[in-house]
Parts: sequence; C-alpha cells; structure tokens
Amino acid sequence: MASFKSTKIPIYPKLGEKVTPDTLYWKNYKAPVQIKEFGAVTSIDFSSLAPHNYAVTASTRIHIYGPFSTEPVKTFTRFKDTAYSGKFRSDGQLLVAGCEDSMVRLFDVSGKVALRVFKGHTKGVHVTDFTSDCYHILTGSDDYTCRLWDIPNSTELTSYKEHTDYIRCGITSKLNRDIFITGSYDHTLRVFDARVEKSVMTMDHSQPVESVLLYPSEGLLVSAGGRYVKVWDLLKGGQPLVSLKNHHKTVTCLSLSSNGQRLLSASLDRHVKIYNTTNYKVVHNFDYAASILSLALAPDDESIVVGMTNGVLSIKHRKSPEEKREMAGKQRMQPVYRIFVKGRNYVPKKDDFLVSKPVKSHLAKYDKQLKKFNISKALDTALESWRRNRKPEITVAVMKELDRRGTLKNALAGRDEQNLSQLLNFLIGNVVDPRFTPVLVTATEMILDIYQAVVGQSSVVDRQLVRLQELVEREVDYQQDLLEVLGMLDTLFATVFCKCTHLYVYLNLCIQTGHKATIHFFGTPSNCLSLLMFL
Amino acid sequence: KLDPLPLCLPHVKIKVPQKFLLCASGESVKVYSSSSEECVHDLQGHTDLVSGIVRNPSNHLQVYSCSADGTVRLWDFTDGILIKVQPHSLPRSFAIAASFFALCTVLVKLFQLVAVHLPLSGDQEVEARELSAVLCDVSPSGAASFGRKVRVVGLPGTSVANKFFLKSGNKKGAKNAFTCVSCHPKEDCIATGHEDGKIRLWRNFNQKKEYTYSTLHWHHGAVNTLQFTPEGTNLLSGGIESVLVQWHYTQENQKDFLPRLGGAITHIAVSPDGSLFCTSHSDNKITIIQSCVKVSAIIQGLVKGEGVRTDLTIDPRSKALVLNGKPGHLQFYSLHRDKLLYNLDIVQQEYIHEEGLDQFEVVKAAFDTRGNWLATVEERTQKGSELEINLKLWAYDEQTQSFMLNTTVTAPHEDQITAMCFSPSPETTMLVTISFDGHFKAWLLADHSDTKAEGACWSCDFVGGYHHLKPGCCCFSADGSLLAVGFQEVVTVWSPSWELLTTLSQPPGAIRDLCFGRLSCSKYLLGTSTKNQLCCWNLLTCSLEWSTPVDVSLLQADPLSENMAAFCSQSGCSDLFVFKPGEPRPLYSQKALCTGKVQRAVFAPRDQMLESCEEHAQWLNRSQLYFFTQHMDLMTFSTKTEEDRLLASSKRLMVDDSVAVTPFYLLLGKHRQQQEALTNPMAERIQLPQGSIAIKELLYTPAHVLPSASFLCSMFVRSLLISSSSAR
Repeated sequence: MASFKSTKIPIYPKLGEKVTPDTLYWKNYKAPVQIKEFGAVTSIDFSSLAPHNYAVTASTRIHIYGPFSTEPVKTFTRFKDTAYSGKFRSDGQLLVAGCEDSMVRLFDVSGKVALRVFKGHTKGVHVTDFTSDCYHILTGSDDYTCRLWDIPNSTELTSYKEHTDYIRCGITSKLNRDIFITGSYDHTLRVFDARVEKSVMTMDHSQPVESVLLYPSEGLLVSAGGRYVKVWDLLKGGQPLVSLKNHHKTVTCLSLSSNGQRLLSASLDRHVKIYNTTNYKVVHNFDYAASILSLALAPDDESIVVGMTNGVLSIKHRKSPEEKREMAGKQRMQPVYRIFVKGRNYVPKKDDFLVSKPVKSHLAKYDKQLKKFNISKALDTALESWRRNRKPEITVAVMKELDRRGTLKNALAGRDEQNLSQLLNFLIGNVVDPRFTPVLVTATEMILDIYQAVVGQSSVVDRQLVRLQELVEREVDYQQDLLEVLGMLDTLFATVFCKCTHLYVYLNLCIQTGHKATIHFFGTPSNCLSLLMFL
Repeated sequence: KLDPLPLCLPHVKIKVPQKFLLCASGESVKVYSSSSEECVHDLQGHTDLVSGIVRNPSNHLQVYSCSADGTVRLWDFTDGILIKVQPHSLPRSFAIAASFFALCTVLVKLFQLVAVHLPLSGDQEVEARELSAVLCDVSPSGAASFGRKVRVVGLPGTSVANKFFLKSGNKKGAKNAFTCVSCHPKEDCIATGHEDGKIRLWRNFNQKKEYTYSTLHWHHGAVNTLQFTPEGTNLLSGGIESVLVQWHYTQENQKDFLPRLGGAITHIAVSPDGSLFCTSHSDNKITIIQSCVKVSAIIQGLVKGEGVRTDLTIDPRSKALVLNGKPGHLQFYSLHRDKLLYNLDIVQQEYIHEEGLDQFEVVKAAFDTRGNWLATVEERTQKGSELEINLKLWAYDEQTQSFMLNTTVTAPHEDQITAMCFSPSPETTMLVTISFDGHFKAWLLADHSDTKAEGACWSCDFVGGYHHLKPGCCCFSADGSLLAVGFQEVVTVWSPSWELLTTLSQPPGAIRDLCFGRLSCSKYLLGTSTKNQLCCWNLLTCSLEWSTPVDVSLLQADPLSENMAAFCSQSGCSDLFVFKPGEPRPLYSQKALCTGKVQRAVFAPRDQMLESCEEHAQWLNRSQLYFFTQHMDLMTFSTKTEEDRLLASSKRLMVDDSVAVTPFYLLLGKHRQQQEALTNPMAERIQLPQGSIAIKELLYTPAHVLPSASFLCSMFVRSLLISSSSAR
C-alpha cells in the first residue's frame, strides 16, 4: 500500500544575479553611515596603527575619524586653501598634506600646528606620500614637478621635471625607500629611483592618470585614468597586462582589499567595482548616490569608506559575527510550549538499542483535500489569499493537478460572485506570467465556458472580464512585436551565423520563455534597430 | 540447439489455502508460500492458458484447474503431483466452480454451463461420462459460483444471464451487465458485480419471482471481482480504482478501504480461516493482506504493461533489465534471478485509477556507461492541448543504493523526444536528446561549486540542427569522440566541440537506426533506412563500404564485442542476423524467429564469459540477447549447456521442497542427515584436491618436457595437503 504522493510544486529558477561567495562577502556590510563634509572629499587614508583612524581630506580641512565615530576625533584646519592628499606615516605618528597654495605641511597626529612646512612648489600640490624609511616625503604638483623632501632638515632633496602636465597621483614603494611612481595628466606613468637622475621606467596609459596603486608584492602596478583601469607588469619592464573598461565615466580611485585578492575601483559614474585579481572579472558592484572621488578600505576590510563630490562621506562597517548569529537566531522559531517535552533531551546510553519512531509525514492542506478527492475544496485552499499572493506557483500547481485528474472544470464551477472575482483576480495577476500561462489559459477558457450564461449579472465580474480581455490582447500584441524582432534578428544572424549561434539561441529562448527577459535585453522592440546597428 | 525460451509472465488467478497461495500463470499453476513469497511448486501439464482453479471441496489438499485446452486437472498442490486428467470433449472452458456433488465449467464454444461429474476412480486419466448442460446461452467472460443449496449460478454476459434474474438485469439499461458473482457461504444470498460499479445483493431467490435485491455503490468503474469471507460476515470487492473495499454484510453502509494497492484489482481470494486476503493486480502482482489492514507480502512478476515504450536497457550497476513498469515507474528486473528488484518512481505523481485519463508515461530511459546517471523522459499528451514533456536526470546515491532526482527540465524540447543517449567518454558527462522539433540538444553536468546552495546540476550546452530536418536517431561512438545524428535521409557526424565533421547519405529512405561499430570495427558506422537498406559507412574514407537490401526493423550492437544483431521482418515473421560490420558473412542467422515484428532488443552482458564450444553459439559468449516480440513476450537465446543447468536446478528445487516441514520430519530428517554424514565420510575426503594446478600440470604435460621426479615430488605432495586456511 503506497502512501499518497503529494502534489509536486515546481521550483522555478531564480532570475537575476547568482549568489557567489563574493556577493555574500561584500553584502555582509551594514547600512552606510553618512557624514557631510564641507566640500568634495578628495582623499581618504587609513592609519596603519591599531585603532585604524582615517584621515579625510575635504575642502580646507583634514578630519581624522576613529573607526566607529561619526564625529572627527581630530581636525587640522591650518590650510589657506583646499587641502589635498592627507596621508599617515606608516607608524601612524605623522600626517602630511598638500595644499592648493603650493605648500606641503607635516603634522604631528596629536598636535595642531604644522611641524614642518615645505615650500618650493610653485603650484598646488595634489600628491604627498612618505617613503618607506619614514624620513622622506614625496610630493607631486601641478607645476609638473615631483620632489623628495627630507623631514628632519625640511630641505628639498631632489626634483624631477619630466612630466609635461599636472601630477595628480603618486605612490612610494613599501619595499624600497628610493623608488616611487607618479602618474600625470600627460598620460604617462613614471617610475623614479631617487639614486638616479632620471626616471627609470615610463608607461603610457593614454588617458590622464587619476590614480596609481602597487600590489603588495610590488611586481604589478595598477593605474586608473579615463574609463580605463590598466595593470602593468613592472618586472617585465612595464609591459601592459590587462586593460579593464568597466566604468562609463572616469575612474578616480583604486584600492586593494586587505588580502590582495580583490581590486576595487571607484568612478565618477557612482559605482565601485570589485575585480578578482586572478582573472580581472567584476565580481561585485556597489552603487553610491554621487560621483566618487576617493575610496579606502580599512585593514581586514572592516569598513569601506567612500568620499563623494557632494561632500558626503559614506562609511560601511562589516557585520560582526555576533550580529550575524543574532539575525539567524531571530529567524529560528522558538518552541512556544514548555510541556510535553518529557524524554526529549534524553541521551541514549552506550548499549541502548535505538528504535526510531516512524516519521509521520504531514500533507499540505490542499493535498489532504486532493487525497479525499474533494476537488472544489482543494482549489479553495489553494486560492487562500496568502498562498495566492505569495506563492502563486502552489495555486497553479494545484490547478494543474486538477486538470490532470480531468476535474478542473468541476472544481471551477458553482462559485458565487465573490469567489469568482477572487479567481478572476488571480488570473489577471498571473495569466501573462510565462511560467503559468499554459495552465491558466486552460482555466480561463473553462471559466468562460462555465460562466458565459451569467455574464452581465454582476458588475464586478464584468469589469474583471473586460480587464482580462484587455490584458490578453495586449499580450498578443507584445508577442507579435517580439516575433517581428526575432525575424529581424534572423536576417542579421543568417550572415554571421557561425559566430553568434549562442547568442541566437539565447534570444530564441527568450522569445520562447516569455518576453520579460527579452524586454530587459532590448528596452522596447523599437529600440532593437539600435541594437542591430550596434551588432 | 538454440531455442527461444519465454520467460514466465504470470497471468493470474488465485486461491488461498491457508499456507499456500495458488495462482494460474500462463500454462501452469504456481504454488507460492504465503509467508515467504517463494514459488514452491510449478504445476505444469496444461497446454494452454489456465482459466480457472478451485479447491476440491472434499479434500482441502487438492485443487481443480481448468484450461483453454479443454481439460480439467486435479492436483495435489502440496506435493505438486497431478492426480487426474479429465479431457473435455468440448474445448475452451472459462470458469470453474466446485461443490461436493459436481464440478462446473463454463464452456465458451457452445455458451453452455456444464456440470461435470468426476467419477472417483484410481486412474489418472478419466473420461467424464456425464456431461449435463445446466444452462444454455451463457456468454463468455463468465464466472461461476456454487450456492449453499447446490444451486448453480452461472454467469452472465451482456445481454443474457441466468434464469433467476435475467429480466431485472435488462431493465436497468445498457451499463449494468454482470461482471462477477459470489455466493454467500451460509445464507441465501448472491452478490453480483456490475459494469456500472454497483454491487447487488440478491436474496430469497429460491421462490420464483419473489426475490429481493439491495444495491451497494462505491466503485466508479466496473466491479472486477467479488468475494465473501468464509464466515460470510464481510464482502470484498475490487475494481480499477485499486482499492480493496470491505463491506460489512449486516451493516451495509459501513465499509473499510485499503487504497493504493497498485494496478487494477483483478481477483480477490480469501484463506479458509479468513485471516489472509489476497488480491491480484493487472500489473502482474499479488498482494497478501492480513485481515484487511496490513499488506504483509507482495509477489511481483515482470510488470507487463500494454506497451513498453522505453527501449530495453541494462543498468550497468545491477545488470538489471530496465523498462516501463507500473504506470509512471521504471522497473529494474534482474535477469539472472528472474526477479523484480524494484520499481523506481519517475513521475512522482499520485496515479489516478480512472479510465480515459491522460497520465504521464515514461517514454525514454538511458544510463551512462558507469551507471552513475539515469536520464528519463516522461510525456503526457492531452486532448486538444500541447504536449507536456519532462526530462529528468537521476544521480545514483551510494547510501540509499538507488537513484535520486537531480535535475528536472520541463519542456526540454518543443516536440516529442525521439532518442536520447549518454556520451560514453570518461571525461565529460554529457547527454544528447533528439526531438521532432528539428533540434538536438546536448546537456552537460555543470558543477556550480562556487554557489554553495546547490550541487552539480544539468544545463543545456548546445543546440544543433541540420537544414530544419527532423532528426530520428543518434549514436555515440564507443570512445565518445563522434556523435552521429540521423536527419531523415542524411547522417551528420559531429565532433565533441560541435563541429559538423561530415554528412553521409544513401537515399532513398529515412534513417531508422544508427550504430557505431565497436572494438576492431570502430571505423564503421551502420545505418538502416526505411526503404529496406542496411548500409555500412567507413568513417576513415567517409564512403559507403557495403549495403544490402534488407528490411531491418531493429539494429542492436553488443557492447562487449564487435557483433551486431539485426532483426528483419519478412512476410509476417522476424529473422535474426548476427554479424560483424567488417565481415560480409553473418555469424549466425535464424529464420522465422517469431511471428510479427520484434519490438525491442538488448544485449545483456553476462557475469562471466561463457566458454562455449559450439561455433554458431559463440556470439552468446559475452552477452545474452533479449528481445520483445509483438505480443510483448520477453524472449532470449540460451545455449545448450545453460538449458541443462536450468533444468537441473529446477529438478533439485522440486526434490528439496517436496518434503513438508512437519514435526515428524524435523525429528526424523535431522537424524537421517546425521546418519548420512556418518556413513559416507569417504566421499567427502575424495573430493578435495582434484582440481589442483599441480596435478593437472603433472598429468597433462608431455613426459619428455617434465622436470625430474624428485623436483616434482615435493610440489605434488604439497598440492595434496589441505592448507590451514581452507581447513578452517
């Protein structure tokens, strides 16, 4: 004697993005904290010292924030003009910043007044950095020069005037105290060695360079400029490795995630893209409200800080493991009773022979009715409002089952006005859904057959019938348009068939499975001509 | 001599004496033990279908059987001995009933109910002298039953029936023709089942025209069978719904149900003490039920549906034959043990036992070479609406030793799937499906290991077609490096990277079957076409090697050798040719194998290679050929030696089981066994080392190449010694 087999509810594939470990990782951040600064946030730098404060350069100030504070723990305001590029020294004690007034100021993190002021540039200084030995400072300026300064003497050590446009980015090597790299609006990246008079390597980015970044191993260099992010192999004499074009506006800032596995790029198009550094595919994407100028990640990716042109600083903190657990715990149902748990916690002893109780299988409500051949009641339970609204696939599956049993017509018949309008509402909501169309079209036909005698007796039902008719007509028009598009594409693909077989098949599938995916792909059918041009 | 040997496919009628269960199965009556479900005896003797069996009312260890060959036989079923044969002068008896005084059979030819008196004589063969026609004008499909007062109730066809209630039967209209009858063992009551699903209880029919009747109605289809329990307290009925209904005789409104027993119930039997019920089902199954609550045992034969729509396939793991079983199931049938292993539920839907419903049917099944994956296609054609097709892929689960559903693809193609095969290459797990919609699709097992939630699942990798022609068949080469797809008259050959390598064609006639050669013949591709052609292409030169004008209905390749079997239909008969693609002469051929077309065939690999001697039977060494005839009989070829072995084993079984386990036997039997062991200890000793290699070497090596005797001596002695491990 076999047991009753419950109605199969088909599982439909979820459309949209696939859940990868990357999306899980990068989605595991809390809602952003937003802080309004006085002007566009041009630079963010994390201190490598334990609490990992970060310096935010915006307008004429540099604010230093603690990891979880929304108020600055420290502010440097001694700038006469817009400040740029506030950077911590690797020991976290000193901070250097350039300024539009061409002076470079060095601050003690605990003090207020500048310890040193380096004068010598003739135009605004956009790039400042400490060398790895902590005694020198690199600066790059709009006067096309980059210079090295000695901190104890506050004297200029060397000056290189090789760039032919503004120097807007630069980075010092963390492994070698003499090597640094600058990028300029003259489209070039230059590698300098302080022991040599001239640059040792030049790379052409072919766009004004906005940001440079060295990998921890310092074998690879990443530069951003224009819409491109390019990766260069320094060990092969600056050979270009990859060129990425994933943004549709200028890329302004680059950053590496703490383990060096992911590269982040921020752009004026308001997106932050995350690349896998092994295959340089985009694995995740963040959207922001305004164009992004600066981006920094806290050590261990504890927080993502983004500065935007409208002066908003957005900070996202990682969810701590406890919070995660808490969230999961909330979802778990607690037992609501405390009685009748006798023996539940009993742990069998070593020699005990376990006899497991047969697990009683519970049938869903509609299955219980189907088992008893109560077809109308089964349909009623499947049409319960929460089930109808949240899980239409169950309602449709029950209808399909009834249809298979040849009793759908009986189940649909004999309903009053309220019941019928409920049913029609469901049909109006779902009949054009490509997953449900085949079943619901039969049901609709049956309803029209059964109730055609009473049409005109209820205004509610009549209105719904008219709506249904309009819906179906619109859908038919839609499908016709889509077929036309397919015809157009056919002629196109006929010429380049072998190359595009896969795309063709994909489009074919779109048409078959319903218009939703196709619409997403094209916009509207009238847009398809532009697509044709594009192809 | 090679003989087609039909496997038994019981067609069932049953009687339950307490411990044994008797069932008419084809030309024999089988005796099953009701506790162990084993077949104890096979009562053979009838030469045609056995149509009815009944217990001898005067001796409860004897049973009468009647058959379409016109004889009635009396058996002792505990020992399996034929006691009497009573040849009828009138052939084709259809039902049988017995009382203390008379034996009745319904004869079809003359539409008569005949009472037969069997004289009590010692002879085995007895001619019945008294044949008295009780009733005339009885139509076939009848049944018979004896009432308490030795009143014969004969049964009844569509228009005419027995003398008591003929008229009332007609009045009700067309649908209430009688289907079955049963008499109450104690009271004056007859129950009849009707085609419209009603059961009528007739009482007080002894006085003419004064009978009364009451109606019970639950069944929605025809009532197939009715049976009173021995005490008369309950009435059991069954029909197409596969529900055993137990009516309480006194309270007619009360009834108990035992639902979902399997196929439609065809017969019900009750043991004399009323503790065991037994139902036989249309899907070749007997269910033993303990007092209407619990199914205690199931005896299941090879499920023989009205049509096997899947190809015959062999499960590479269990070496079982796989074909359609119960509706929506695949059955795994062990050919070596002639036993159904299990049914795999493919459709996974509640089966509604109702006539005229369109149900899902499993139409295709395929295994990959290692048996890790099973692909099935189920389809449902609905009147006026489109075809529903599901492609399901099942992964073998080591823990449960069964197949688990992995992926379901709804509507994989727009039209019927005509063929399906797995790629035999070990690197990729790929399935190719071919459909009438003009496309073939390749499905790949994609491992989404980066998404944690789901494991590996299948997705479509490639869709191919050829000039919008309808593909009919496909075949992978043995190493999986080539795929041949037959598009009507054209054979296209594809590489694994989906490049069209070449096209072959031999018009006229669409390609019906395609087969790659194996092993040494792997450069050949064979194809059969509808216009009576068998072609062989050489794949190296891409040209036709040879072709012959034969109407090959089925082409099958042996997976373990180069051999191919081709079934040709010629003037209503089927011929078999076994050949190698490279050689022009067939290895073996048999004309007029069976009548009608051979539907399906398969090579089943043997467990171990036969070391057959006869030349013409050598193609059977590695695998055995099974095939389905038009009448859905499963046949096979067996060699002489195998037949002998089969015969021997069946004889031994009979001897073993003929001794009933009585307390006396237990006492005496044990004693005798001990004695036997004592009396011939010698025999045991002699058996030991005969097969040893050393002795063989010594005896069969020519003397002039033997080493010296001193060298051989120690080896020879050692071979005679019993090693410590074998002694234990």
